[in-house]
Amino acid sequence: MYKGGRIIAGLLLFACLALMPFLINIGKAAAKPSPQVNTPFIQQLTTQTCVEPAAFMKTEHMQLLNQWRDAALRDGKTVYVNSQGQSFPISLENSCLKCHSNPQQFCNTCHTYAAVKPYCWDCHNQGGTSQ
Amino acid sequence: MWAWREVRELKILYPLLGVLALVLLAYAGVVAHLNVFFGIVVPYLAFLLFLVGFMVRVITWGRSPVPFRIPTTCGQQKSLPWIKQNRLENPSSALGVVGRMTLEVLLFRSLFRNLKTEKRGDRLAYGSAKWLWLGGLVFHWSFLIIVLRHLRLFMEPVPVLITQLGDLDSFLQIGIPLFYITDGLILAALTYLFLRRVLVPQIRYISLQADYFPLFLLLGIAASGVLMRYVWKVDIVEVKALTMSLVTLRPEVPLSIGAIFYIHLFLVSALFAYFPLSKLMHMGGVFLSPTRNMINNSRSVRHINPWNYPVQVHTYEAYEAEFRAKMKKAGLPLETE
Amino acid sequence: MAKKVKPEELLQYDLKPPRQEWVDTPVELKPGTFCWGAKGKNLQTVGFPNARDWSPTEEDWKLPEDWQETILEGIADRLKKYRSFRLFMDVCVRCGACADKCHFYMGSGDPKNMPVLRAELLRSVYRRYFTTPGKLLGRWAGARELTPDVLKEWWYYFFQCTECRRCSVFCPYGIDQAEMTMMGRELLNLLGLNTDWIAGPVANCYMKGNHVGLEPQTITSNIEFMLEDIETVTGIQIEPNFNRKGAEILFVAPSGDFFAEPGTYTFMGYLMLFEELGLDYTLSTYASEGGNFGFFTSNEMAKRLNSKIYAEAKRLGVKWILGGECGHMWRVVHQYMDTWNGPADFLEEPVSPITGTKFENAKSTKMVHIAEFTADLIQHNKLKLDKSRNDHLRVTFHDSCNTARGMGILEEPRYIIRNVCNHFYEMPEETIREKTLCCGSGSGLNAGENLELRLRGGFPRANAVRYVREKYGVNMLANICAVDRAAMPTLMDYWVPGVGVTGVHELVANALVMKGEKERTTDLRGMPLLGKDGEA
Repeated sequence: MYKGGRIIAGLLLFACLALMPFLINIGKAAAKPSPQVNTPFIQQLTTQTCVEPAAFMKTEHMQLLNQWRDAALRDGKTVYVNSQGQSFPISLENSCLKCHSNPQQFCNTCHTYAAVKPYCWDCHNQGGTSQ
Repeated sequence: MWAWREVRELKILYPLLGVLALVLLAYAGVVAHLNVFFGIVVPYLAFLLFLVGFMVRVITWGRSPVPFRIPTTCGQQKSLPWIKQNRLENPSSALGVVGRMTLEVLLFRSLFRNLKTEKRGDRLAYGSAKWLWLGGLVFHWSFLIIVLRHLRLFMEPVPVLITQLGDLDSFLQIGIPLFYITDGLILAALTYLFLRRVLVPQIRYISLQADYFPLFLLLGIAASGVLMRYVWKVDIVEVKALTMSLVTLRPEVPLSIGAIFYIHLFLVSALFAYFPLSKLMHMGGVFLSPTRNMINNSRSVRHINPWNYPVQVHTYEAYEAEFRAKMKKAGLPLETE
Repeated sequence: MAKKVKPEELLQYDLKPPRQEWVDTPVELKPGTFCWGAKGKNLQTVGFPNARDWSPTEEDWKLPEDWQETILEGIADRLKKYRSFRLFMDVCVRCGACADKCHFYMGSGDPKNMPVLRAELLRSVYRRYFTTPGKLLGRWAGARELTPDVLKEWWYYFFQCTECRRCSVFCPYGIDQAEMTMMGRELLNLLGLNTDWIAGPVANCYMKGNHVGLEPQTITSNIEFMLEDIETVTGIQIEPNFNRKGAEILFVAPSGDFFAEPGTYTFMGYLMLFEELGLDYTLSTYASEGGNFGFFTSNEMAKRLNSKIYAEAKRLGVKWILGGECGHMWRVVHQYMDTWNGPADFLEEPVSPITGTKFENAKSTKMVHIAEFTADLIQHNKLKLDKSRNDHLRVTFHDSCNTARGMGILEEPRYIIRNVCNHFYEMPEETIREKTLCCGSGSGLNAGENLELRLRGGFPRANAVRYVREKYGVNMLANICAVDRAAMPTLMDYWVPGVGVTGVHELVANALVMKGEKERTTDLRGMPLLGKDGEA
């Protein structure tokens, strides 16, 4: 093979790059994050539901938080009426973090896992309301 | 612009239908709860086909020797010491070739040279034509960045570099989730590459199904990805749970993730499987091109052709034998009087 | 025949492709755009298969029974031998960057002259028989059957490519249509499908040592005539020698240069230069051809013809070889000769006996281009030059495809021209150096019967010459290629009347002040020098 050494070396490099996700994870178990919802406040609730259904919250919470921010800061609205007609105060610290008083655990496990950096904490104090 | 009923346009329509069929197939899989098949079997199989197919293809090329040193020289050769050589376009050293190949692979040097030839009445005119270069470059670089960004789904913990790449790609801070610049660029570039194929008469004339199909496939992949991120959102944690289970070789039957994810995944799998069979192999081929990756030193270093074989020649003796009398008359020296 | 067609009529085309798909458009052999079929006797001389007289215009091309098998085996064999072939079959993405780079496309608008399509003619067959998708999906995968019509299409279009490599410069993967054409022509030659304009010179060269078929005594007498002309112009008598053993240098030129004008003036230039230098050199009648029409036939034939140069250098016991101005000759010498017929260990590394310069870049092949040799002389101030003797000429320089893109000798000839001419003007950047446009007659296409094709293929080059003629009054097109010198005068007369064609060493000889020469009043062609026509 003319310049066979280089071709093989190139192919090995290619294979290593392509297989990198596999190689890096050799012997590792895939630990899926489990955000904890057993804070003292939540445990005291009779119906343990969020402002919207969990499935919705999983995929749309960032959108909702964004809306809340705009509603509170730009439009001066303070009350959110959800899909069931229930009302909640529009407040990260007084609604969300009241139940999820463990943001270090509840928020960060998934965000770190998915390498997503929320910018909530640019303004809000994450540590202040945690346990 | 063009009529759908004409046969020639079917070579655009069929690949489009093909990609749509793939989308429907993935969707049917979701409806029929074939999550194991579409979430585990197909991706593994596709990846294997890609990896093995790619290597087999390259090795097949490699097994054919390079009998002659045939670089296309695009600049001044190395000759006399006081003549300025173009070390990149006409390399006389391995370093020069590395430079030439780097420019070619990373910046598409040759395409950058592109000209447009126009016939204006009884004259030909040449103009600069950098759009193809730009479109190609934007597409390939966006694609690379997007692939690298996706590594966040295959590594735990996610390396800082990958996170930073994502940050950089979304530094405009538009929308929630943050808009990735490369998402927009790849869609724009693919659209451009498609439109020029359809609208430039010469390009449409030379295009085959095999040119439209990968375009549609890539457009499908990019579009489904964009839709998944910005419109029909999926639970990214579930997605990563699946991808991590795949790369740790402990595949788990994925919980329900939105149909759009399975469509995206299936199209990507299709691309992987299709890759080694197609023109997309130019990815590996560009490195092996003898007109680009060779040193132009054939007069100073003898290049060996492994299958060089002796040939029948007409010797001087035979020549002299035929023309001896005439040569003698003309006063030419002879070997045998 | 095409000469009767007016340029305006020839220009009635546009670059827009037709509605009908190319696969569905059968080949049509248009008169004036193809060469006659190779005569049986010429193929027989060199032992080529299926030697018979045949005519492309007839329906029956007298193919052997198993022609299809032969071609397919031929493809398989070459896929194994040439990485370029295999790779270029697979990696084209049809981006179209090459499409409008071919001079034949630019001058005819025939879409199958787009390099990408010319390659697809072969690639479609490759897909059908050598790739899985092609075998399974047929036309859907861009594959097609190998039929007699396809074969005719190959023949027609692979002899409409001058192997100039311009497409390769622009291709992002360096796909070189010259390689494709070479493969295509090799395959066609397996069936005896050559043109006689190539097969004839090949047979000539094999038996007589040069394409034009000059026998030894004719070579010497042709050169005698030149010597008389030199004496008339300069008053100097030159006595070159032939087949002389023990000379330091063997000089090999394209045979066109001792055959017909204006190449002969270039040859006179070589002789005058060597005489003035007192160079210890000899000419060979056996290896009397630098060019290589075998190269337009098959790799093997090219090697067979080329072997004479080293064989003769060895027989004569010279130290090294100097080569004249020729395009494809230098593609062959530079990129093939040493590999084919080397190692030339019986020769010494070339050193200029005048300046002592070592030609490091030629230390293995041991053959130096005369433009390298002369540029070195001028740089060392070894030549007395009177530039004003070229003042009647306003010169532009045409880079030959092969030397530009298969070697890279760009500056040497320019350096020489600047030192022997006062009026030198470059053509537009898009048409010179690595982007140079072909004369349209290379790779064995400079016949008479395909004149229309040649005029069309040469139009882009002529168009650029016209530009400098209008802008700077250019009246002389210099080049370092024998095919240029043979083909371009016709081209210029047709498209840009008033522009002559010259080799660089003719210009050198005009300017060269020789010891003991008489006062020159004309150039080598007998044209009066400026201010020397009796008025001044």
